[in-house]
Amino acid sequence: MSTPLLETDGLTKRYGSRIGCAGVSFTLWPGEVMGIVGESGSGKSTLLSCLAGHLASDAGQIRYRDRHGETHLPATMSEAARRRLAREEWAYVHQNPRDGLRMGVSAGGNIGEPLMARGQRHYGDIREAALSWLERVEIARDRIDDPPRAFSGGMQQRLQIARALVNNPRLVFMDEPTGGLDVSVQARLLDLLRGLVRDLGLSAVIVTHDLAVVRLLADRLMVMQGGYVVESGLTDQVLDDPQHAYTQLLVSSVLQV
Amino acid sequence: MSDYNFAYLDEQTKRMIRRALLKAVAIPGYQVPFASREMPMPYGWGTGGVQVTAACLVPEDTLKVIDQGADDTTNAVSIRGFFARVADVATTQRTVEASIIQTRHRIPETPLREDQILVYQVPIPEPLRFLEPRETQTRKMHALAEYVLMHVRLYEDIARHGEIAKSYAYPVRVEGRYVMDPSPIPKFDNPKLGDCPALQLFGAGREQRIYALPPYTRVESLDFEDYPFKASKPDQPCALCGASDSYLDEVITDDAGSRMFVCSDTDYCRERRAAGHRGLMAAPFEDDADAELPQ
Repeated sequence: MSTPLLETDGLTKRYGSRIGCAGVSFTLWPGEVMGIVGESGSGKSTLLSCLAGHLASDAGQIRYRDRHGETHLPATMSEAARRRLAREEWAYVHQNPRDGLRMGVSAGGNIGEPLMARGQRHYGDIREAALSWLERVEIARDRIDDPPRAFSGGMQQRLQIARALVNNPRLVFMDEPTGGLDVSVQARLLDLLRGLVRDLGLSAVIVTHDLAVVRLLADRLMVMQGGYVVESGLTDQVLDDPQHAYTQLLVSSVLQV
Repeated sequence: MSDYNFAYLDEQTKRMIRRALLKAVAIPGYQVPFASREMPMPYGWGTGGVQVTAACLVPEDTLKVIDQGADDTTNAVSIRGFFARVADVATTQRTVEASIIQTRHRIPETPLREDQILVYQVPIPEPLRFLEPRETQTRKMHALAEYVLMHVRLYEDIARHGEIAKSYAYPVRVEGRYVMDPSPIPKFDNPKLGDCPALQLFGAGREQRIYALPPYTRVESLDFEDYPFKASKPDQPCALCGASDSYLDEVITDDAGSRMFVCSDTDYCRERRAAGHRGLMAAPFEDDADAELPQ
């Protein structure tokens, strides 16, 4: 029996008197993909930001076990230590690739940056790693010196994924990774993500409002409404046999083509 | 003596600058804020360097001022004239005779000594400024020693130009900690920054920052393992003194593409010609080091 990768206990974030998310407790195991679904304003992005350390939570605990088996409490760490942990163990995929990429820097520089941040100082090796990751995310090798602003939306998102994964993170946070893309591009991206997650044995927390995304990617699911987790369980179980009224509404709202 | 306090600035201001200097020397490469004063010359003319020089000067000092290596250009002449008037200190054009050298964009070719102070005029002290415009962010990056952006920039240079194209103000890392802008000196001068016997002080007047390299500080130019830092200069000897080890300026001599390369360090070039060295285009040598320059 392995030990949990990430544990949260009563995680709460308030914006003044309003609730961002409240009392969220869950356990993420190595190699597991957790989906978080809910409508806009249900607190799923707030929860993800708290988990990734972008926002300080008001109450509750986060425990993370790193690749050396050491347990960290990101909330009580110094900023330098937390950023080092995030750099070495985590990755974050933003909904808008503009937030996760440097738009003025070439694709190769974007992929190389996390490597250089960890002390890689060999240009040839960085270049080689960038080329191999471009190939893995299905971007032509000869685009390596083009800036992301010359890329289409789907390519930008794939580039962002390459940049996130180049450092072999153990845990990936994804905020609506397929948002804003048209359906055929979404399908390719989902295919790619599923392949990468399975191949690399990644753990991931994926926030989305798109039930198809979690159906394809997530092992387990949490449904959020008004800042609270209203239902959680195995993805197929939650989607095929929703118990909570809100989940039933959510599942029945999906258009059938 | 003139109607001004010694070295123009009032004593309280000099104390304030000296406190900033002490802090800067204690934390090599760290940019110390200071309350920069209005000086009787425009920003960009070396107001930061002038204030640092004023705070360091004592009546026994001998001052040399360099502008792009030369002692006889506008900036150097006016600053030297300024201190000759408000501090009544001796001035010189010879590096070996100077106790304080204020410089813009060059380090003298003649090796410096422990009893000398080199004061740099700095236009933009923040090495990350053109990579990250927000001061709050650059301060955080310095605090956490997160300097990856600098290497991203070098990577982009190699990807685009096949080599690191940055040829001046080449970023350095001081004692393995702070990344520092060495002011716009050519990268040819970068190796002279490290392990230097003289005290090196940097003043940025408009940006209100002072930083320093104490004597014998470890200074590394940033690079990649497979694209190591190279101190480059035109591949020519000086046309006047024949020196092949000094940094050269390119001088266009007519409108038909003729040019000559001469030492940018005028003192070094003159000393070599005085010692009998001759370049290809040298005229007979006349020593003008002690001639009265226009003030």
